[in-house]
Amino acid sequence: MGFFGKIFSALKKTKDKISEKFSALFSRGKIDEEFYEELEEVLISSDISVRTSMDIVEDLRDRVKKDRITENEGVVKALKEILKETIERAESLEIQTPAVIMVIGVNGVGKTTTIGKLAHYFSERKKSVIIAAADTFRAAASDQLTVWAERANVKIVKSSEGSDPSSVVFDAITSAKAKKADYLIIDTAGRLHVKANLMEELKKMSRTVEKEYPEANFYKFIVLDATTGQNAVNQVETFNDAVGIDGIILTKLDGTAKGGFVVSMCGELEVPVVYVGTGEKLDDIDEFDVEQFVDGII
Amino acid sequence: MAVFSGLSEKLNHIFAKMTKRGKLDEYEIKQAMREVRIALLEADVNIAVVKRFINSVSEKALGQDILKSLSPAQQVVKIVNEELTALMGSTNAKLEVSAPPTVIMMCGLQGAGKTTLCGKLALYLKKQNKKALLIACDVYRPAAINQLKVVGEKAGVEVFEKGQGNPVEIAKKGVEYAKSYGFDYAIIDTAGRLHIDDALMTELENIKSAVNPAEILLTVDSMTGQDAVNVADTFNKRLDVTGVVLTKLDGDTRGGACLSIKEVTGKPIKFSSVGEKLTDLEPFYPDRMASRILGMGDVLSLIEKAEQAITEDQAKKMEKKLKENSFTLEDYIEQFEAIKKMGSLEDIMGMIPGMGNKFKMSGAQIDEKKIERVKAIIYSMTVKERRDPAILNSSRKQRIAKGSGTTVQEVNQLLKQFEQSKQMMKQLKNKRNFRF
Repeated sequence: MGFFGKIFSALKKTKDKISEKFSALFSRGKIDEEFYEELEEVLISSDISVRTSMDIVEDLRDRVKKDRITENEGVVKALKEILKETIERAESLEIQTPAVIMVIGVNGVGKTTTIGKLAHYFSERKKSVIIAAADTFRAAASDQLTVWAERANVKIVKSSEGSDPSSVVFDAITSAKAKKADYLIIDTAGRLHVKANLMEELKKMSRTVEKEYPEANFYKFIVLDATTGQNAVNQVETFNDAVGIDGIILTKLDGTAKGGFVVSMCGELEVPVVYVGTGEKLDDIDEFDVEQFVDGII
Repeated sequence: MAVFSGLSEKLNHIFAKMTKRGKLDEYEIKQAMREVRIALLEADVNIAVVKRFINSVSEKALGQDILKSLSPAQQVVKIVNEELTALMGSTNAKLEVSAPPTVIMMCGLQGAGKTTLCGKLALYLKKQNKKALLIACDVYRPAAINQLKVVGEKAGVEVFEKGQGNPVEIAKKGVEYAKSYGFDYAIIDTAGRLHIDDALMTELENIKSAVNPAEILLTVDSMTGQDAVNVADTFNKRLDVTGVVLTKLDGDTRGGACLSIKEVTGKPIKFSSVGEKLTDLEPFYPDRMASRILGMGDVLSLIEKAEQAITEDQAKKMEKKLKENSFTLEDYIEQFEAIKKMGSLEDIMGMIPGMGNKFKMSGAQIDEKKIERVKAIIYSMTVKERRDPAILNSSRKQRIAKGSGTTVQEVNQLLKQFEQSKQMMKQLKNKRNFRF
């Protein structure tokens, strides 16, 4: 499958569904009040936030009026443009090496799996990768990551369960420096953003990276489960306040959920989506592509 | 993004201009329902479910007398709250029991929290003096079996595993094992899977027909969005689940997904999982969930926690002390302990209506470590000093600072805080009959 093929086929499932809705939307043949109301519902049902959905519909209404759009195709085109523009408000990110990527997020979104895939992705592109098993909390988390490290054929730095995650980070940095690794990817324990002490722990890890490896480019990526609803926004806001977020990795896009909440995040917080997870296999990861994503939603 | 102000607040705003009493009319209801709709959608209730709900509530509300004691806004909230509660079903459904071993099968998407839940459930049953066996049937996710083993060890229950074999065979053998060794329950952990993954869904059907479980529990992340209906519907259609468990409710999600799930499956929500500790499993309370979905806080849980943490005697003692104005540093520390027993401070703050968000937004965080330091300071005092802080001169303070590993400034700060608390309590006491 081609470069964007996977994300496309993953989104196609959702596309079929939504297209059905859209043809129903247009079936009345009129672009009237009811159309806009139903359109808003379609947007909301892809987990785009209520407010963003309202804004998008408002914007579309203006454009339809201003540009005197009467054709269905024209409406769809305008709608896609609005979505694209909103998402592109967040500037896309170019990762510079040597890079430290700290992967954060709430429990069960797929951080460990994503790291395995990401390690493989970089190492396939002939880059050297080290991963740090700094989730010292969840039972058997480092065992899980070790399996992924073996699959991706990269080095892993780990410590015993219950040890200080920052010390794992420290060891991994030492190793990354010695081996001149292009990428150091840090796995962190899943934590609900409302737990202040766990957020403090994360800040400490972040400080360790800044202090011990200032010459590296430090990226903090949040992993978001596409199945999540409006709470994803709270997650991004709180993690962003704590350590600053450079990008989003959207996982589980191979289900029927659409992950529409990223539209608000890109639009309002200007945090870009960097990668997309589309399955459980080693190469089920791709760079985020706006066109494909929007095509998938509409 | 704006702080979510409670639904009642928004409705109050709408009704602010209205002074008339009597029946709720169509226009008012329509206005109010617009806000209710947004509140529900922001809470992740599925849009189709919201539409049906709004229609039925509007009908109920139309022409209802506004109770004397309530404002129109409160009246609407009351109706909405009652309807939501009714929709979510009866209070805490019990687990089904069959001839031993009672087989409980878990299912759900990846990352919903099945493995942790297995441990929680096993511990919950163990506390009721039941013997539970955990059966490791997640043969796909790396280290999932190890995770279950660690969880089982923590819960003090046996784990049955046969490595990465055929999950249907493992389930069958595990249940046989449970039968021959006199286990009351056999809990089957299965791999997380997408509801549209036909092969893996068939595997679950096969496990089901092989071991005939009394309970098939669908584990759902309470943060799930609009897609919850698709997930729940598919799992239910293929497996005919017997109940739902909501996980990760210790976050700030409003949890509207549970309403959608209840609507499409008609199955009871049996438990909610509220933390990472194995003891963090609670029965599901529809009324509390209704308030949470509407953004009105979880006052009932808070009250219950306070009741658990503070005995009647303690409360009476405290009241007496307040009356006599003989509140000392000893009582101060006792209060801290009592509050701590209620759980982490963040959890408590989250339960207070409107507080969860404001708390977060203000960036003010209650530092639990600070409390530890306060405790260290007080414990470094002599009994005499604790009862009469006025005698603390600089040499005493220096000794205390040394003993607690703090500074004299911190000791002074604590004393100041203590005085302020005393003042505050005095005021509260004067205002009304203050009970904790």
